[in-house]
Amino acid sequence: MRSYNLNHLRELESETIFIIREVAAQFERPVLMFSGGKDSIVMVHIAVKSFRPAKLPFPLLHIDTGHNFSETLEFRDALIEKIGARLIVGSVQESINSGKAVEETGPNASRNIIQTVTLLDTIEKYGFDAAMGGGRRDEEKARAKERFFSHRDTFGQWDPKNQRPELWNLFNGRKNEGEHFRVFPLSNWTEMDIWQYILLEQIEMPSLYFAHHRECVNRKGVLLAKSDYIKLMDGERWEKMTVRFRTIGDMSCTGATKSDAVTVENIIEEVAASRSTERGSRADDKRSETSMEDRKREGYF
Amino acid sequence: MRKIKDDGYLDMELLRFTTAGSVDDGKSTLIGRLLYDSKSIFEDQFESIKISSINRGFEHVNLALLTDGLRAEREQGITIDVAYRYFATPKRKFIIADTPGHVQYTRNMVTGASTANLALILVDSRKGMIEQTKRHAFIASLLGIPHLVICVNKMDLVDYREDVFEKIKSDLQAFASKLNIQDIQFIPICALHGDNVVDKSKNMPWYGGATLMYLLETIHIGSDLNLVDCRFPVQYVIRPQSTEYHDYRGYAGRIAGGIYKPGERVMILPSGFNTYIKDIDGPEGKIKEAFAPMSVIIRLENELDVSRGDMIVRENNVPEISQDLDIMLCWMSPEKLKVNGKYAIKHTTRDARCIVRNVLYKIEVNTLHRNQVDKEVGMNDIARISLRTTKPFFFDKYKLNRTIGSVILINEATNDTVGAGIIL
Repeated sequence: MRSYNLNHLRELESETIFIIREVAAQFERPVLMFSGGKDSIVMVHIAVKSFRPAKLPFPLLHIDTGHNFSETLEFRDALIEKIGARLIVGSVQESINSGKAVEETGPNASRNIIQTVTLLDTIEKYGFDAAMGGGRRDEEKARAKERFFSHRDTFGQWDPKNQRPELWNLFNGRKNEGEHFRVFPLSNWTEMDIWQYILLEQIEMPSLYFAHHRECVNRKGVLLAKSDYIKLMDGERWEKMTVRFRTIGDMSCTGATKSDAVTVENIIEEVAASRSTERGSRADDKRSETSMEDRKREGYF
Repeated sequence: MRKIKDDGYLDMELLRFTTAGSVDDGKSTLIGRLLYDSKSIFEDQFESIKISSINRGFEHVNLALLTDGLRAEREQGITIDVAYRYFATPKRKFIIADTPGHVQYTRNMVTGASTANLALILVDSRKGMIEQTKRHAFIASLLGIPHLVICVNKMDLVDYREDVFEKIKSDLQAFASKLNIQDIQFIPICALHGDNVVDKSKNMPWYGGATLMYLLETIHIGSDLNLVDCRFPVQYVIRPQSTEYHDYRGYAGRIAGGIYKPGERVMILPSGFNTYIKDIDGPEGKIKEAFAPMSVIIRLENELDVSRGDMIVRENNVPEISQDLDIMLCWMSPEKLKVNGKYAIKHTTRDARCIVRNVLYKIEVNTLHRNQVDKEVGMNDIARISLRTTKPFFFDKYKLNRTIGSVILINEATNDTVGAGIIL
């Protein structure tokens, strides 16, 4: 007898397609936030599947910290070209130049936090009423409490203690003028699901995710890649090593991990054997026990 | 790629389960144990909660800190909101909706239960069946969760005695007979030491049943969805507006029930027009059949007026069509339910407004008593009500199809979700 069961990846995919279409149906000006990382690449892949043969009914939004890996930008532009989507770039450098955001100083300075200013300004400028992000609940404990449809007030703030109940597959996207939603279609995926899906679907990924030679500095256990944005401190030095990135963000806070994984299969084996979370290599999460919740309250991704 | 596929790695089933419990019944310890023993807790996470535990002066590493993610929860040492946790074994991927257990969080329990295949209820072996246990079992049955697993925890504190376990089991069985529960199982465990969680307990040789992990990995969930009654709520209309696909018109949605195939005769609601399915596009392209819960695009032979909120069904198997709904309501707002009040209502992909006509009775959740005297419905109350919608809904009873049988009510002034309704 034929079995009518979807495997876990197809069930997750089906859920994600449903959420993305629900956003297109319920909102007037949705946007998909694209960071260039694996989660947003998977989200774009599934979004394309959700509407084809029609084109994406919303643009992509990249918040450019100005501290990107060059591989990320090349990959982004090639992807946009391939799927024929519209790209909007919000520039953190412009927010700094116009005085809206103040750059951090010191050896651990990062533009991670001030991205929020640029993001909220861009959402307001274009009148976006729903911004889809690739956040997953397994990433971080504050994210574990996030809804699929997450309401933001006129200041873009998240109120975690006062979230709307979310039941069955009924998503309430009603809001007042000036408010918006953050929507997380990949909420139920884990890092392992993402890589298994990349393998299943043969999705092209930026070279940064695979093992390569690179000069890095070991700062309190975080391996930071050599770039103009990292200044060595006393006693530190650049070392050549074989690394890959488990997450890709701003160059100033994304740490590499030592790895020999050169294929997606290698990465899956590595993730299965790994004893630390992917965000363990993120310097931005190490600032305090609730740093993610605090940033999210302010309107972070 | 072959190797990973042959190992069944890419081919696991997904099981969603919900837990409910209070601070002291060991729920967080049990979840921590499942995550820890399935190697889903990472060293950096463990390190971070170890430091927090020491800072707070706890004797043991407090695994509850893993799930209580919000600042307020960590400060107060309580679970406030639903937290979602993930782990996988080679056989299945699990999603846990972890909810608080006190009566003031009934709405969170209902939320967590709404998408679950299985409910896990913890009973303290020293206390036996208490009001909270009954409440959780009632909510699981109300929300139509097909499988209920009762873990009698802290067996070490009653010297692993079989008679204690059997007493609790028979008490709960007696209570469950009053509820609509298809499958109920009992396991004596000790979450703190891991007895019968992943490995069989050496302390309870009298227990011949499965361990919790074995049960979670093997319980049959394949037939939990309705594959008989075809229900396809139209979610979004796809029109490419390009020269290549000039005449393309596809109806996108997630199948809520039944199996659809190209060539089959179907009926569109509310118009009542009949036509045939021309093609079905799945995420991978054209497919020969589509079933719940797949997200697909259905194309029809005839050009008909079909839009979001319509439903594609079989003409000899149509759902109920009515503006009058009889529902069991869980109220989720601090502002009381207004009889004759108007609310926005969502059902599948259909939006409307409704007026609350009548409250028939409230259910005393702890005793199942139907209170027909006090009909004031406040936060966390569960009540049977009748309402009338501004346009017809196409629905089935909740017990036949959880997707087609559920609604939410929304306060039109605040836009908050204020009620969850189960169609009777």
